[in-house]
Amino acid sequence: MIKCMFSLTVVIILAVLAFVGAETAGFKAQFLFGIAIPYAALLIFVIGVLNRVIGWARSPVPFAIPSTCGQQKSLPWIKPANLDNPTTTGGVFGRMFLEVFLFRSLFRNTKTQLSEGPKISFNLEIFLWLAAIAFHASFFTVLARHLRLFTEPVPSVIQLLEKVDGMLQVGVPGILLSGFVLLAAVSYLLLRRIIEPQVNYISLTQDYFPLFLIIGIAASGILMRHIFKIDVIGAKQLAMGLVTFHPTIPEGIGGIFYVHVFFVSVLLAYFPFSKLMHMGGIFMSPTRNLPGNTRAVRHVNPWNYPVHTHTYEEYEEEFRGKMIEAGLPVEKE
Amino acid sequence: MSQNNHHDKEEKKMYNKGEVITGLVLFAVIFAFPFWYNMGKAAPVPEPVLTEQAKAAKECIKPKALMKTDHMQILNDWRNSVARDRNRIYVNSSNKEFDMSLSNNCLDCHSNKAEFCDKCHTYASVSPYCWDCHIDKPKEK
Repeated sequence: MIKCMFSLTVVIILAVLAFVGAETAGFKAQFLFGIAIPYAALLIFVIGVLNRVIGWARSPVPFAIPSTCGQQKSLPWIKPANLDNPTTTGGVFGRMFLEVFLFRSLFRNTKTQLSEGPKISFNLEIFLWLAAIAFHASFFTVLARHLRLFTEPVPSVIQLLEKVDGMLQVGVPGILLSGFVLLAAVSYLLLRRIIEPQVNYISLTQDYFPLFLIIGIAASGILMRHIFKIDVIGAKQLAMGLVTFHPTIPEGIGGIFYVHVFFVSVLLAYFPFSKLMHMGGIFMSPTRNLPGNTRAVRHVNPWNYPVHTHTYEEYEEEFRGKMIEAGLPVEKE
Repeated sequence: MSQNNHHDKEEKKMYNKGEVITGLVLFAVIFAFPFWYNMGKAAPVPEPVLTEQAKAAKECIKPKALMKTDHMQILNDWRNSVARDRNRIYVNSSNKEFDMSLSNNCLDCHSNKAEFCDKCHTYASVSPYCWDCHIDKPKEK
């Protein structure tokens, strides 16, 4: 519980820092939270992500990992599992696509239960998958929607996306589904960690922190749109200033805007050092990206020590004369 | 000793270089979309134009800053009030009475929709469904 409370406290302190700074310290603090920190965070994010992925690419894969689910292609009369254990690049693309877009391995999550008898049963545990896919899809939608503040003219795809997102037409400005789905999904993922004893036991500070941070981002965004209104034109002016390298601080956007931007900056800067790097890591997973072709292709461990070998052919070459003399059988006369 | 040296040398090598670099370049290009899409040029911030009538009135129903952020919610409240409670009269903080009507009241002063409403709406990429019914230059009977 202390890990959970610690993460929550850090997020609250971050919010207070940005809010009080932007509301009381004036231009200097707004410059810090609206321009300096976002630029620094973006730089840390991009360089950090590239660095992590290149680091992984430099790590050799010692074994081909054939022990994934599903039958590997072997004899013609044994049916191979083409998606679970693909032997071709195309098959690997298929497996990767389902993994990245539909979280296929998470879908197979089961819950083991012991009932009277004693009888063991494996039940489908769908809620983690459901919350995970709702979380990722809505987060992506929210992110894409924000392009309306970073582009001029706004691409029609983004306008269409917002129209679909706001199709309920509840209130003015209309509620956008993705924001609320995001908040609900991330709240479920947090509650799951707190309430389920087994998950709670293995949860660390670095599991709670991004959840609280994302809750903060979603909540501040929704509040900004519907309750503590901000000047949207000013917000876009600031955002456009950032992406065109003509940074400006328009007056009177409102403290909560700087809280939102600061949260996002912290998330970006924290990203490369955290478990959130699974965004790049999923593409580097050997059990997902290696074809299951160990029966057809030999995988050589890249860091194998160069062992001095002496094959039988070389051995016979060396001792053939003596072998024939002693009456030993040889392969070549 | 020699094994360690060998290991260090191998660590510098990047495996599947082509695929990894392609992926990283893709990531960078997609992520930097707003940077190259705008080509470093910030579009001018829209300045809504006031009509002579609006200038003469000096003040809207509420202070300018509040109108900027809250006008849509006010209109939504007005709609509910008129359509559900048959209450058409709005009294502002300085006890002035207004007719709760987008067409007859708001658009009377701000008769220049394109120069006043649309400028910011387009910039912020919002398409209010007010205009589905309320037309440009209204005078409802």
